[in-house]
Amino acid sequence: MLGYIAYRLAIAIPLLLVLSVVSFIIIQLPPGDYLSTYINNLKLSGVQINEDEVVRLKQLYGLDKPVYMQYFVWIGNFIKGDLGRSFQWNRPVNEILAERVPMTVLISVLTTLFAWIIAIPIGIYSALRQYSVFDYTFTFIGYIGLSMPGFLLALILMWFLFSRFGFSMPGLFSSEYAVAPWSLAKVFDMLKHIWLPIIIIGMSSTAGLIRTMRGNLLDELRKQYVIVARAKGLPERKLVFKYPVRIAINPLISTIGWMLPGIISGETLVSIVLNIQTVGPVLLRAVMSQDMYLAGSITLILSILTVIGMLISDILLAWADPRIRYGGIEG
Amino acid sequence: MNDAQNKPNGYNEEEVLKEENIYYASQWQLIWWKFRRHKLAILGGIVLFLLYILAIFCEFLAPYSPTTRFEGYQNAPPVKIHFFENGRFQGPFIYGLERELNTKTFQWEFKEDNTKKYPVKFFAKGETYKLWGMFNSDKHLFTVDGHPLFLFGSDNMGRCLFSRSLYGARISLSIGLVGVFLSFVLGIVIGGVSGYYGGTVDIYIQRIIEFLSSIPTIPLWMALSAALPKDWPVIKTYFAITIILSIVGWTGLARVVRGKLLALREEDYTMAARLAGASEWRIIMRHLLPSFSSHLIVSITLSIPGMILGETSLSFLGLGMQPPAVSWGVLLQDAQNIAAVALYPWKLLPSIFVILTVLCFNFLGDGLRDAADPYAR
Repeated sequence: MLGYIAYRLAIAIPLLLVLSVVSFIIIQLPPGDYLSTYINNLKLSGVQINEDEVVRLKQLYGLDKPVYMQYFVWIGNFIKGDLGRSFQWNRPVNEILAERVPMTVLISVLTTLFAWIIAIPIGIYSALRQYSVFDYTFTFIGYIGLSMPGFLLALILMWFLFSRFGFSMPGLFSSEYAVAPWSLAKVFDMLKHIWLPIIIIGMSSTAGLIRTMRGNLLDELRKQYVIVARAKGLPERKLVFKYPVRIAINPLISTIGWMLPGIISGETLVSIVLNIQTVGPVLLRAVMSQDMYLAGSITLILSILTVIGMLISDILLAWADPRIRYGGIEG
Repeated sequence: MNDAQNKPNGYNEEEVLKEENIYYASQWQLIWWKFRRHKLAILGGIVLFLLYILAIFCEFLAPYSPTTRFEGYQNAPPVKIHFFENGRFQGPFIYGLERELNTKTFQWEFKEDNTKKYPVKFFAKGETYKLWGMFNSDKHLFTVDGHPLFLFGSDNMGRCLFSRSLYGARISLSIGLVGVFLSFVLGIVIGGVSGYYGGTVDIYIQRIIEFLSSIPTIPLWMALSAALPKDWPVIKTYFAITIILSIVGWTGLARVVRGKLLALREEDYTMAARLAGASEWRIIMRHLLPSFSSHLIVSITLSIPGMILGETSLSFLGLGMQPPAVSWGVLLQDAQNIAAVALYPWKLLPSIFVILTVLCFNFLGDGLRDAADPYAR
């Protein structure tokens, strides 16, 4: 088991390196560099800046060196926790992200849990009662869930709640808690609001999971060992839950890995629509004003979160499935 | 081609004939028979066909051009089409709209004026247009003389939202196809190399695919589209966005191609072809690809909706297509905040097209997937 974890970690490291290069390329993509924008902004706001200052700034950000050296300067600073400065917010990027990233993580984790908790029982029930009204209802809802992008669902729900109940979504907190420091009351207030984004973001993953679970279990139920067990008179409940359900859930654990990029993508969009204080709206503003240090850092951090999530799902899978634990190292 | 018709002598019962048919039918025939049983997939296919017809002939089908403004009709609600007046059938007609300022909310409100009646005319003269930029015409499927006809309401510049949705279908529906074509080429070449040669190349390509699919797409697309200059012409932005969408899109197809090739290259007929001296290109193109082309069609069908949603999401955020270009995402930009949606809920109507399209592609793709392997039970 430890060997397997070490192996997965070893794979993750080059992945993270490539991710950092891509994020750096993203930062470099728009014409002009960070510093010229910064200096322009300073000049626009009436601050006089002399040549020495420019040279000093250039050295600070390593802009006088070739591009690949700039990358090393940037990634070195990144590891030390200095993500550069956002000229739009006029604050260090890591300060902005420290406020937002935990919320992104919280919502993503809760959404994943939600999708699982909802999808597995429904999937099992649909498979056991194949072609029943229940099964058809959820197949249909599943299709809608897969076809409806989260941001549209958010818009439509927002309109529905507003027109029916006069209830507008003020982000995650009631107005009196929006700027208040964290307290128990604030957490309760958040829980009152957080369900809506979680349902919206989790909709498509839940739909996908229900379909996978149903399909896997159906395949499993047709196998001979189930028939043998039934013929031997095993109670139906025990028969289903003892083996087929466990086997059918197994592949689902590996889906956490590919669900996560989708959830983080959906979270970004839905947060923008519902104005939730996660990295989503910050990324949009950064991208709109070509605040590239902020945009690049967010892309990198979101990707790192995904890689960590995938790592956890791989380890969970190995923990649940001995075939992978012992055989997967070579493969 | 249809050797299923060769009736065996002596057996005239239908049962037997059906059985025989199955033995003689070609693979594609079996696929078609299996697909035909999937009612939702057939429905999806028909609706998609109609949607693409809408996009192709939108100049004729839309009552107005996407840029025509109706002064005094800003943010007008969808019109009600009436058929009866005082209990008597009159054919489709609309009442004129009266605009008045609500002195309490300071919003313009529209009311139907029952004294003014405008019949809806079919195949009637309306705005002149050039179909596909080539044929001059002024015939529209339906239009109204003397009063604007807003099936979906109008936007804040007084433009017909229904017409704009139809024109938007051109970009939104085609970007999926172009994007999938690009992904398809990339996926087949890269997946093919990976699956056919295997070994080190395969390992590297697999790592790249793993890497690409571990990046959350929306943030990546957003960051990439930040590099697109806002003043690029429509066609240039269009292709730039397709490329951005395909950067991630090809990985799914490459996976399918690789998986199938890895299995197929061990088959006896591949060995036979190799011994007979066929070149590797010929083996791949002539023997291997056709044997899983049905699976390819399935993955293509299922990856189009992702592309369409990608474009819609990006344009919705203001990062994709830019006005004056019209796409469904651009139209939905107007519905971005709760204030607009609460006051003018009809601005959400273009989303019906998005949902319908994606739903139908999913139906179709599911039906095709079930039918793709006709020998599986």
